[in-house]
Amino acid sequence: MIRLQGINRVFQVGDQHVHALDHVDLDIQAGDYLSVMGPSGSGKSTLLNMIGLLDRPDSGHYWLNDQDVAQLDDDKLARIRRNEIGFVFQSFHLIPRMTAAENVELPLVLEGIEPAERKQRVAKVLAAVGLSDRAHHRPDQLSGGQRQRVAIARATILNPSILLADEPTGNLDQASGQEIMQVLESLNREGVTLIMVTHDAELGRRTRRCVRMIDGRIVKDERNT
Amino acid sequence: MQISDSLHFAWSAVRGARLRSLLMMGAMSIGVAAVIVLTALGDGARNYVTGEFASLGTNLIIVLPGRNETGGAGVAMSVSGTPRDLTLDDASALLRHSRIRRMAPIMVGTTLLNAGGLERDVPVLGSSSQLLKVRNWSMAQGKFLPDDDLDRSYPVCVIGTKVRQELFGGQPAIGEWVRLGDRRMRVIGVLASEGRSIGVDTEDLVIIPVAAAQQLFNNPSLFRILVEARSREDIPRVSDFIRNTIMERHQGEEDVTVVTQDAVLQTFDKILKALTFTVAGIAAISLAVAGILVMNVMLVAVSQRTSEIGLLKAVGATYQQVLWLFLIEAALLSLFGAAIGLALGYAGSWGLITFYPDLPAYPPLWAIAAGIGVALGTGILFGVLPARKAARMDPVLALAGH
Repeated sequence: MIRLQGINRVFQVGDQHVHALDHVDLDIQAGDYLSVMGPSGSGKSTLLNMIGLLDRPDSGHYWLNDQDVAQLDDDKLARIRRNEIGFVFQSFHLIPRMTAAENVELPLVLEGIEPAERKQRVAKVLAAVGLSDRAHHRPDQLSGGQRQRVAIARATILNPSILLADEPTGNLDQASGQEIMQVLESLNREGVTLIMVTHDAELGRRTRRCVRMIDGRIVKDERNT
Repeated sequence: MQISDSLHFAWSAVRGARLRSLLMMGAMSIGVAAVIVLTALGDGARNYVTGEFASLGTNLIIVLPGRNETGGAGVAMSVSGTPRDLTLDDASALLRHSRIRRMAPIMVGTTLLNAGGLERDVPVLGSSSQLLKVRNWSMAQGKFLPDDDLDRSYPVCVIGTKVRQELFGGQPAIGEWVRLGDRRMRVIGVLASEGRSIGVDTEDLVIIPVAAAQQLFNNPSLFRILVEARSREDIPRVSDFIRNTIMERHQGEEDVTVVTQDAVLQTFDKILKALTFTVAGIAAISLAVAGILVMNVMLVAVSQRTSEIGLLKAVGATYQQVLWLFLIEAALLSLFGAAIGLALGYAGSWGLITFYPDLPAYPPLWAIAAGIGVALGTGILFGVLPARKAARMDPVLALAGH
């Protein structure tokens, strides 16, 4: 489903070139559950952004569902992001002035779906993350765990096949983090490919597959048993 | 993305930053209000002046001594060197033409008026019985000047209401004798109040037969001759006739100026229209300044909402969608600013009309359209740069808040 081949990404920091991704090759099967681990600056997030089509490689190939996405223009990439990929961020990235329901609705709005249908679908995903009674609260009226569940609802509302989570529990306490992991893992059980960047070794052990990165290179890629 | 959703999103952003939005709408509204009030003022002045000229009379032709090439307003103001006097005989000669309905010679001067021991200086107008009709004046009491030969110097006078009030108070004025300069005259009528009419305050005026005025001021030359043509179409023909007749009488020298009411009206209309456009233009500069403010505010908004833009891109907003969201936001701010400005402008014009009822300071429609159009135009124009900046943001950097 996801196939990276010889991906390079170089950032210019001052007068230094930083190899955020250094000839990365990676294949991910549909429905897989994968964690990306490594120290800060090892290129985990860059890898995730690359897979999520937010960033383009300087060289190398990326096939997503057998399509060479390096050839596509920004608008096409945006549409693939909208429909195929869901993002869950460490800092939630909810729009503060909008209610939970409006935040969740955003991808549907961008897709141009009719308001009546949107309402139904928003209600459904909010129910799925257990936040039906919080639909009209703004983010600042919600706890961290609730905010992240809103973000997950937003990420999944267009039924993407890939869910990308960048330290999804990084800003949460232990209990909320557990809840979020359960929500994400249940989505994976329903067939969504789940790729998660984490610092937490314990979370890394929960995934089916664990990729370790150092200095932009994949140094270990193993299946947990 | 549906238009209603774009509007809703932009509106939520406008409401999300209340102070910023209010400040910007304030700037925009002041610009629009300035355009509306100033054009109302200019247009009001134009209507006032042209109305004054229209009230001079109908199909009026003014003959004044002295040659002046410029037709129109400049003439009425300047009394250039008078080579040859305009006399009563010149005036009488004009009556030969069949297309001239009425003619009134005019002499002006100032002298002392004494009635029962009360004294004051009054402007004196020497003319004929035709003046009343030519100028569309009416009488409050008594009669106007007698209809007789121009060179008959009856010792009678017609006074304005203010003169009457000051000299006679509550006492009846008709039939009373007054002393005007060194001559005794009988008051035979009081003019109805017509207000001001191009420099002549009919309330503060004494009118006597033109022959009496010539004797009073010891001067045979007329100040003006007012001629009323039978119809508007006759005006050019009558003007030519007047020029030729007086030229014949003045040894072939064309030494008078013939001004038609239309020419004066048109000149004033043109000048005041230009004035209106000028003040509107100046006011429009404030709109341009407001436009630059829109740009600033939107640039701040874009940088404040960097991570929101990153998020929009992450959930699949295209370049066009982000661009439109910010453009619509700028347009909404401008539109609401313009709407507030429209209200302010109308309030201002209403205030002007209330305090200066003579000045019809109604904002012209074109100014309202132009004000709102320019406000929207500048808002959107200056919104393009920030919106493009937002739409072009790199999603990874934007999500990180850079």
